[in-house]
Amino acid sequence: MPTAYLPLLVLQALAVGFTALILAVSFLLGPRRPESHRMVPYESGIRPVQDARRRFPVKFTLVAMLFIVFDVEAVFFYPWAVTYRQLKLFGLIEMLIFVAILLVGYVYIWKRGALEWE
Amino acid sequence: MIAPLSYYLILSAVLFSIGVVGVLVRRNPLVMFMSIELMLNAANLTFVAFSRYFNTIQGQIVVFFILTIAAAEVVVGLAIIVSIFRSKATIDVDQVASLKG
Amino acid sequence: MAPAQVDFVPLIPTIVVTVTALAVLLLGLWLRGEQGIWLAAVSIAGLVAALVFLLGLAGPAVSERRAAFDGMIVADNLSTFFGAVALVIAILTILLSEHVLLIERFSQGEYYALVLLTTVGMLVLTAATDLIVLILGLEILSISLYVLTGFARGRLGSEEAALKYFLLGAFALGFLVYGSALVYGATGTTTFGQIANVLRAPGASSPLLLIGLGLLLVGFGFKLSFVPFHMWTPDVYEGAPSAVTGFMAVGTKAAVFGSLLRILTEAFPALRAEWAAVLWLLAILTMILGNFAAIAQRNVKRMLAYSSIAQAGYIVLAVIAADPLGRAGVMFYVLAYTFMNLGAFAVVVAVADRGDVGTTLDHYVGLARRSPILALAMGVFMLSLAGVPPTAGFMAKLFVFTAAVRAGYVDLAIIGVLTSAVATFYYLRVIVAMYMSAPAEEPAPAPALRVPGPLLALLVIALVATFGLGIFPAVTGDLVGGTLALAK
Repeated sequence: MPTAYLPLLVLQALAVGFTALILAVSFLLGPRRPESHRMVPYESGIRPVQDARRRFPVKFTLVAMLFIVFDVEAVFFYPWAVTYRQLKLFGLIEMLIFVAILLVGYVYIWKRGALEWE
Repeated sequence: MIAPLSYYLILSAVLFSIGVVGVLVRRNPLVMFMSIELMLNAANLTFVAFSRYFNTIQGQIVVFFILTIAAAEVVVGLAIIVSIFRSKATIDVDQVASLKG
Repeated sequence: MAPAQVDFVPLIPTIVVTVTALAVLLLGLWLRGEQGIWLAAVSIAGLVAALVFLLGLAGPAVSERRAAFDGMIVADNLSTFFGAVALVIAILTILLSEHVLLIERFSQGEYYALVLLTTVGMLVLTAATDLIVLILGLEILSISLYVLTGFARGRLGSEEAALKYFLLGAFALGFLVYGSALVYGATGTTTFGQIANVLRAPGASSPLLLIGLGLLLVGFGFKLSFVPFHMWTPDVYEGAPSAVTGFMAVGTKAAVFGSLLRILTEAFPALRAEWAAVLWLLAILTMILGNFAAIAQRNVKRMLAYSSIAQAGYIVLAVIAADPLGRAGVMFYVLAYTFMNLGAFAVVVAVADRGDVGTTLDHYVGLARRSPILALAMGVFMLSLAGVPPTAGFMAKLFVFTAAVRAGYVDLAIIGVLTSAVATFYYLRVIVAMYMSAPAEEPAPAPALRVPGPLLALLVIALVATFGLGIFPAVTGDLVGGTLALAK
């Protein structure tokens, strides 16, 4: 029923209209005194000490990237877990091979020192 | 009420188009890459929607693989971006243009 | 699904290469510097073993298709041929890179492991008979190549090339995946054979399906750098380390063309009119723009990049024909291109020297005096790329043009011949630079170039193959000839 949505439409129109009105009024009537510290971000009356968009140490990226790779591989454990009873030993061996391949990657990043923080 | 198939298809088509446009108009590799992820996830949504519609599991298995591929791409892509940033301190693709001709 | 249905035999070559890659990756942690020669040896041993298994698998019954994993993977003459080409390419690439890794101080374990993993991707791709396996193979191939492209860390050109290749490659992946999703939606399956079955029914074609096929072709277009999806190619070819560029050029062509041929003929034979029309247009654009853009290049690597675009245009002619002759044409062209292009890149690697600096045409001036062997080899490869008899390139062009004419695409063949004539200009320019032009002023005669052993071996193999395929196209292998007879 289109008429059932009419109140919503009215509400929408009111909201947009009122916002536009307030903005227009303050733009037309309000005094404008641009000062330097009015332009800084509001931080509860405390002077901001630095830009909020700081750079993070790139080490975080490395750890996050390694995490993503190993994390997503876990998705393949779900179908295996669901069908484990039907697949029996075959499934177990398949999964061990899968884990062994992941392990090679793990040994590699460990030996290359990707996991050392300092 | 279950939303009909066409809703999912339209949503995924819209997502895919946003992704394509994003890659074409944005110049920041990170944003371009996010747009590519949007394209992949649009495809994932399509797969899952059809999978449910046909009542087969095939489409859902496909999504597992696409997720993994996307993760691998993320890691390699970020590694490339980080290494460029280290040697150039900018990643804007218009700035990164010593190869032109 | 009962495990009894799982058949690992068609996968044996792939498994062998994978295990070798993992072993090399781990060994590379301990073997450094000069010891890296062992890594190269292990890699080549693994690749040769895989080749033996692959051909052994094909030996008893090359015509017999052996499907596995519910029809997702297949071993047939197409996969055997392109798989064998992929393995040969990997072996030659290792010969090409061995000394580069030492002088550039690249980490060798990772390099060889990535070359092997790229090969795994090629093997999976050429054997894939299911959309998802196809995407999986393509991505194993592509992701390894992204890393290889950026392998010269700290060299900005290489990192930029990696970024461009990565962004455009991932973009193409988006098209391929979404296209696959739509095809799955239109047919209810992702396996090639079943798609073809569904489409055999009258009225099975739908807008959804056509859009899906279109998006798949766009994805393939990016990966094979057809015009207008080629813009990444020159930059990536120029920026990547020269050895990687050679590998990338021939490797992706071999595997992706094999896969394109398979998907079009096995999954979408019912839509032949539609995809042939699209490829017809792409072929014309690719042949014309590739060749004309190559003329303007002063950098030999960029020139070879546009040349590879143009060559892809010629191979498409045979894909469009899609009959047994066309299939054989694709195979022969890919094989010929492998040897002549890898050979040319071997010379580029030798001339470019440390840091990949000497890649402009000026560096080739007077090469005949600095190294007669290199100049002679480069001359042969250029003539072959241009399609001059009696080289492999001539036979390859003859093959694809004949296939196009037989299939009724005379217009394409005419454009092909005309653009080949244009191409002769820029290929000959390299030869002119090497032999004719003497350095204007000669402060001191440039030092003679030393050609390392493995590179020399590669050059000899490529030269023999280029002439062999050109003079005895019929005897060069039961694979091509056999396929011509067997392809149905």
